[in-house]
Amino acid sequence: MGDIGALLNGAAAQSVSPDSLTLRLGPGSPLRMDSGASLAPLTIAYQTYGALNAAKSNALLICHALSGDQHVANPHPLTGRPGWWDTMVGPGRPFDTDRFFVICSNVIGGCMGSTGPASINPETHEPYGLDFPIVTVADMVRAQALLIDHLGIDTLLCVAGGSMGGMQVLQWAATYPDRVFAALPIATATRHSSQNIAFHEVGRQAIMADPDWRGGRYLVEGTRPGKGLAVARMAAHITYLSDSALHRKFGRNLQDRAARTFSFDADFQVESYLRHQGAIFVERFDPNSYLYMTRAMDYFDLAADYGGSLAGAFKGTRTRFCVVSFTSDWLFPTSDSRAIVRALNAGGASVSFVEIETDRGHDAFLLDVPDFIDTTKGFIDAAARARGVD
Amino acid sequence: MTVAQTLASSRVDLLRVAELVAPASKVLDVGCGDGELLRLLAEERSVDGRGVELSQQGVNDCVAKGLSVIQGDADADLADYPDDAFDYVILSQTLQATRQPRVVLEHLLRIGRRAIVSVPNFGHWRVRAQVAFLGRMPVTNSLPHSWYDTPNIHFCTIADFIALAREVGATIDKSVALNARGRPLHPVFSQWAWNLLGDQAIFLLHSKRRADAGGC
Repeated sequence: MGDIGALLNGAAAQSVSPDSLTLRLGPGSPLRMDSGASLAPLTIAYQTYGALNAAKSNALLICHALSGDQHVANPHPLTGRPGWWDTMVGPGRPFDTDRFFVICSNVIGGCMGSTGPASINPETHEPYGLDFPIVTVADMVRAQALLIDHLGIDTLLCVAGGSMGGMQVLQWAATYPDRVFAALPIATATRHSSQNIAFHEVGRQAIMADPDWRGGRYLVEGTRPGKGLAVARMAAHITYLSDSALHRKFGRNLQDRAARTFSFDADFQVESYLRHQGAIFVERFDPNSYLYMTRAMDYFDLAADYGGSLAGAFKGTRTRFCVVSFTSDWLFPTSDSRAIVRALNAGGASVSFVEIETDRGHDAFLLDVPDFIDTTKGFIDAAARARGVD
Repeated sequence: MTVAQTLASSRVDLLRVAELVAPASKVLDVGCGDGELLRLLAEERSVDGRGVELSQQGVNDCVAKGLSVIQGDADADLADYPDDAFDYVILSQTLQATRQPRVVLEHLLRIGRRAIVSVPNFGHWRVRAQVAFLGRMPVTNSLPHSWYDTPNIHFCTIADFIALAREVGATIDKSVALNARGRPLHPVFSQWAWNLLGDQAIFLLHSKRRADAGGC
């Protein structure tokens, strides 16, 4: 098989030796997965910020989105760019690291250090590739619960996340209602829509159509399906924005040229921007991991796990919820959030719902949107007061 | 300073509303603004309160107070609530601004075992005088908007509201008319006098369809 280490670069290298804290569980404690598979050994890579108090009552868990990772508020080890939620996590920010203990782990199936398709399969001593079992959102949450156990935390003050992270928040609240004091699902849904599954399928097919993908065995064969992953990212990136945000940012402006070139070069700024987004994504993300993450979201349907009743998933819950949507998010529209709110209301839960006015689309949850930051801070502070955390 | 004392200066009518709510009950405040009434009810009556509010600022203020509030409005969002979900549903000074007051009132009576509704009185003598003698749409302290920018699209008088309550099969358990300073009019006044002198009125109602409507 040759020297696997030499073949691994970027994200794949992080799968083997992450720049993170790690929880490593041996063959004796496998992760039981929804598919029926058992995953062992298991590594969970995570970052923490701030300090856990003596009562262990000030822990906030952040769940990351499809293309996110555990590097919430520190420079990314591969790109050097600031943490993806730098606007939200830090001293004086909503996830106030002076007061709270903030945890974020890379999801199972990810590629920044938690066990995923680029990790070494103990049976073959090669990267798993497509032999890695299909991961669900519930599997991700089960793994996170192992980490929370390991940290000695019984109840999380708040579990928060956007998009796929929001799905994990809902799953946490449904599976472990007594361990979640407050839940903050943002720009998310209790099930992935047909349109969203369709977009994901385009991304997967782009990766699989890349001749360098090699049936998922590119790490073993020493190739890189970067073009396929870049196209997948470009298509997905459009869905994270809005028509008006794209127009405001780029219009029909030309890129570094005075006139059209009558060619297929990136004449327009928006083309150049998308190509750049695709290129930088390839540097930090594993193509197979992208397949697994998108699949996990496609499979998510919380009501289906509770006999078709969403209200049943939250019946009798004592968790306090704050559901947030954005007006221009057409990937996870406000109607999805309202469905969550209806179910929570029907279950008698304590729920707040805020629809933030912005033209920045689905990605608004990652950006500096003052109303959103104020809402989040107000909710977390109120939860801390209610739980007696200073 | 307690919440009640802070409130006293601005919205005395909210204190009158709060007095109608039994302690430790479950309350939905529709159009809850910055959540002052909900906080008053929580602190002084141990009420488990929820709110609905349209404005971003109002919702943010409520969430920051630790209140559970949903961004939405009476016309669009009450349909989502199950029957009998609350002991009281409160609609304060908002019915006249809804698109479908009758439907809204029916929802209040369905969602709550009791509804508390306050309405500005379009039958007040100052209003009548402005229409009758000046020939202009009225602008008063409690109805401060000009006709072209008012959010109030369905004005009613106290007598009109009582008629609507009857029409939707509601029983009025208690009612009080307030003067412009938020003080209750003396009970000896007849309803006819309320309709002339009341600046606003507050009603506690329940739906007649409930056989077990006694006491909550």
